Amino acid sequence: MIGALTPGFAEPVGGAQSCFRQVLDAMARPGRVYTVGAVAAPAPLSDAAAAVVLTLMDHETPLWLDPEAEAARGWIAFHTGAPITGDPAKSMFALALTHYAMTIWHRLPFGTDEAPQTSATVILHVASLTTGRAFVLEGPGLRSPATLTVDGLPGDFAAVWQRNHALYPCGIDLILCAGNQLAALPRSVAVREG
Amino acid sequence: MKGYNFAYLDEQTKRMIRRALLKAVAIPGHQVPFGSREMPLPYGWGTGGIQVTASILGADDVLKVIDQGADDTTNAVSIRRFFARTAGVRTTTATAEATVIQTRHRIPEKTLREDQIIVYQVPQPEPLWRLEPSRVETTRMHGLADYGLMHVKLYEDIARYGQISIAYDYPVMVNERYLMSPSPIPAFDNPKMDMMPALQLFGAGREKRIYAIPPWTRVRSLDFDDHPFRAINAAHPCGLCGATDAFLDEVVTDDRGGRLFVCSDTDHCAERRAAGHVGADGLREAAE
Ligand SMILES: [Zn+2]
Repeated sequence: MIGALTPGFAEPVGGAQSCFRQVLDAMARPGRVYTVGAVAAPAPLSDAAAAVVLTLMDHETPLWLDPEAEAARGWIAFHTGAPITGDPAKSMFALALTHYAMTIWHRLPFGTDEAPQTSATVILHVASLTTGRAFVLEGPGLRSPATLTVDGLPGDFAAVWQRNHALYPCGIDLILCAGNQLAALPRSVAVREG
Repeated sequence: MKGYNFAYLDEQTKRMIRRALLKAVAIPGHQVPFGSREMPLPYGWGTGGIQVTASILGADDVLKVIDQGADDTTNAVSIRRFFARTAGVRTTTATAEATVIQTRHRIPEKTLREDQIIVYQVPQPEPLWRLEPSRVETTRMHGLADYGLMHVKLYEDIARYGQISIAYDYPVMVNERYLMSPSPIPAFDNPKMDMMPALQLFGAGREKRIYAIPPWTRVRSLDFDDHPFRAINAAHPCGLCGATDAFLDEVVTDDRGGRLFVCSDTDHCAERRAAGHVGADGLREAAE
């Protein structure tokens, strides 16, 4: 079984560091699109999602895994040791292949007033971060409102996100992945349809 | 470099700190607890800042380290050497050349850019600690955004001294939500934090807290309508470069009470002098 697994980062220390800086920049500049370095992602994960998994997860980070991504379970367990949980409420990360899986969104931890950092981070596959619907973002990290173009978010995403943003400083942080690209929406950012 | 992890910390520790950093960026000004590690330098030397720097630093980074504005103090030199040895990164004293700047007690005079990160060493991350010793209680206050205690303290200052008597570590509101300690920088530097193009990260090793300010985020020094915040500085130009808008240190020049006011940011002063700016004491020196 392990023989069939694709490797993680070709250079684990440098690979994780450079991916982390992309994710850190993405979180600090909501909606800006970043390209991750090469990684042999297991089907059905995108390169970007696989790189984020390798960079941020380990045995201390319970993960809710989209049942559709079951084929990647062995790879994630082998490379990160992250415990995979079926209970979204117990997860620190959630990895979803499509927005259908986001029906679990309301069951994820949102953090508490005194410990808002205990909320979940969602890693969501979308079809594209260069074409699709336009969203206007406003908040910390943005000098002036910015536009993010995404294909593959649910039709009511702006409303779902506004409810999340309204919980601030609680709320979920989102990392969107398409191919080898990623962009982030921290809870602090307000989103409306462009 | 043999026997060391890249940038000293093991990968497990870096991941833990990186996760804390992402949460800190998502909640500007909020103190995120982290599992601070023992570092081969004493606490007073900025182990929190060092752990943050170690978790973000890559082989392509260029690191600058300042202590009270100067690149050449023992503390700054030790930290720079530590990362040059454990991460093999290039180091610099020029603010413009650095991609990562670790600092104790100052923000460089030169406006930082979007492609730079500044890491502050923080001895005490809790802005309310002098007013409320209980960590449980201050955590509750941050949860409720209940900062009445700090407003009362500032108001009492005004009643007693006619002004707010805080010269360093002057409390700020970040993104109009969290009261935050800017670390013991002079109040003079506070306005630089507001809408700064660079990402600002803060590490407190002993207190095990990380916090952050994303680029282009509102950072407001606490004040009152009838007593607006003012960045105070010595009423002199720099004796060496003539700068009138830089933070100055008073230096005793001889044992006869001779004094000199010079830029605390040594790189800024050197760059200005190299560009031909000369202060009154620089002229005197040249004449002697
Ligand atoms: Zn000067």
